[in-house]
Amino acid sequence: MPSRAPRSPVVLLALAAAAAGGLVAALLVGSVDAPAADVLGALAGGRTSPLATVVLDLRLPRALAAFAVGGLLALAGAILQALLRNPLADPYVLGISGGAAVAALAALAAGAGVAAMQAASAAGALATLALLFVLARRALFTRDALHGESSTTGVLLTGVMVAAFAAAILSLALTLATDAQLRTMVFWLLGDLAGATDLRLALVALALLALGLAVALRLARALNLMLRGDVLAFTQGVDVERTRRALVLVAAIATGAAVTLAGAVGFVGFVAPHLVRLVLGNDQRVLLPGAALAGGLLVVVADTAARTVASPVQLPVGVLTALIGVPAFLWLLRRA
Amino acid sequence: MSAAIACRDLCLRAGAREFVSRLSFEVGAGERWAVLGPNGAGKTTLLLALAGVRRADAGRVELAGRAIGEWRIDALAQRRALVTDRWIDPFASTALDTVLTARYRYDGADAEGERLAREALVAFDCAELAARDVRTLSRGERQRVAIATAIAQATPLVLLDEPIAHQDPRHQALVLARLAQLADRTLIASMHDVNAAAAFATHALLLSGRGAWRAGPACETLRAELLSELFATRIEVVRLDGRSLFYVADMH
Repeated sequence: MPSRAPRSPVVLLALAAAAAGGLVAALLVGSVDAPAADVLGALAGGRTSPLATVVLDLRLPRALAAFAVGGLLALAGAILQALLRNPLADPYVLGISGGAAVAALAALAAGAGVAAMQAASAAGALATLALLFVLARRALFTRDALHGESSTTGVLLTGVMVAAFAAAILSLALTLATDAQLRTMVFWLLGDLAGATDLRLALVALALLALGLAVALRLARALNLMLRGDVLAFTQGVDVERTRRALVLVAAIATGAAVTLAGAVGFVGFVAPHLVRLVLGNDQRVLLPGAALAGGLLVVVADTAARTVASPVQLPVGVLTALIGVPAFLWLLRRA
Repeated sequence: MSAAIACRDLCLRAGAREFVSRLSFEVGAGERWAVLGPNGAGKTTLLLALAGVRRADAGRVELAGRAIGEWRIDALAQRRALVTDRWIDPFASTALDTVLTARYRYDGADAEGERLAREALVAFDCAELAARDVRTLSRGERQRVAIATAIAQATPLVLLDEPIAHQDPRHQALVLARLAQLADRTLIASMHDVNAAAAFATHALLLSGRGAWRAGPACETLRAELLSELFATRIEVVRLDGRSLFYVADMH
């Protein structure tokens, strides 16, 4: 197996430290100033001041949700990029997020509340993925697909078509929406963590991230071999079909959970794995945890900026992930 | 004692075209087979079927007496290795680490792995490439690393798709000689060079690509008139120093 580059553990530790730092900063920064000592006191269990309420009821769930959303999307993106052996793959390109958004907006148009919208978006993500499976089943899950070099292109093209179809429906919905709905819709399409104030939901998302990462890491060696070619991996003892099925499921659940929590935060699933790959290479044992940490960090930073830079106006977090991620990506690409 | 690998009425089709029809032959342990046939005759597809990657359209492949489809994937990995000429190098990896991918099934608890990998690299003249990134290797060098990878898998059966296609003359001879020295292995290799096949193989399988085939000891199959018919071009043979040398008469 490819050995880890010597600097990998260092970079992973640095990413983990940066993610922790980002989370702490997210607790300190906001429209109400929160001195570090008071925040620590609030975390230690003292719900003694209005500030403690702000930190515990608003900032903490939101920061944890932001980290979970970023980590889940980046994990899904990294898995899809490896499975399809294509750097362009991510939940958005494949239409999974688009399907979730269509379902959520349909629920909104039908007058549903927040909880129903979240349920609809989760169902939308899974339904889109099921559709993708049916359309591209031959390419993904038959043993004969092992020697079809172009099969992954077929999946990607199918996903791009699904995404384009979802985008058309979303545009239609936006055109037909009332002014009152429009603002919610736009915010939701670009990604919005303002509603993520339920600590339990954030913790569930974090648990899903940990679980998904654990499953993906167990399959990372097999994924490394599959990257070198499915035929070779199969002859070396990798159960290619089972590995692929498990990883697709992890990516689907991760995307569904992220979109349900924060709407369509774009770009993270694409750029976080790329950023880590540029620094650490494409060994999945390092890339998968690295991408999850980087994605979480990116969304935490972007969301903290989204709710503070133009305060009291809250910016869509999806805009900021792109505004921060694109320059960082181009800078690293030039250096690589 | 059952054959190392055997085909029973094996049929392989691409669309309506049946390029392998009712192919039946047995490969005994320790034998070295050359698979010859014109471009598009289905040599690669046959090797994939023998490896259990591609399903038979009719008939079956038997590995050690059992239908290959009934083998578990990890058990198969201990019995046969495959060298394709379509390697993909998706990330920086040294030649040694690339060869070590063959040890996947040992999952870290592999005391022998590195020794076998280094021996295989030495055998195929890749010792100096061990620390090189495989993405910087020439096609010929990369092909020898691919062969070393299959050998390090330590399987009794090794299937090779055109193992000398990218080798210079010295390495053509070296690769075939080192393969032939693996006395405990059964080898099946597709190749185009008739003289290389004659030097390497104990047996040969001729595939016409239109369903016809002929399998048997090299002395019965590697014959000028059969090869001329197979490749639809005039191939003649001269005797030199007690060896048969084939040449394409239309080329001279």
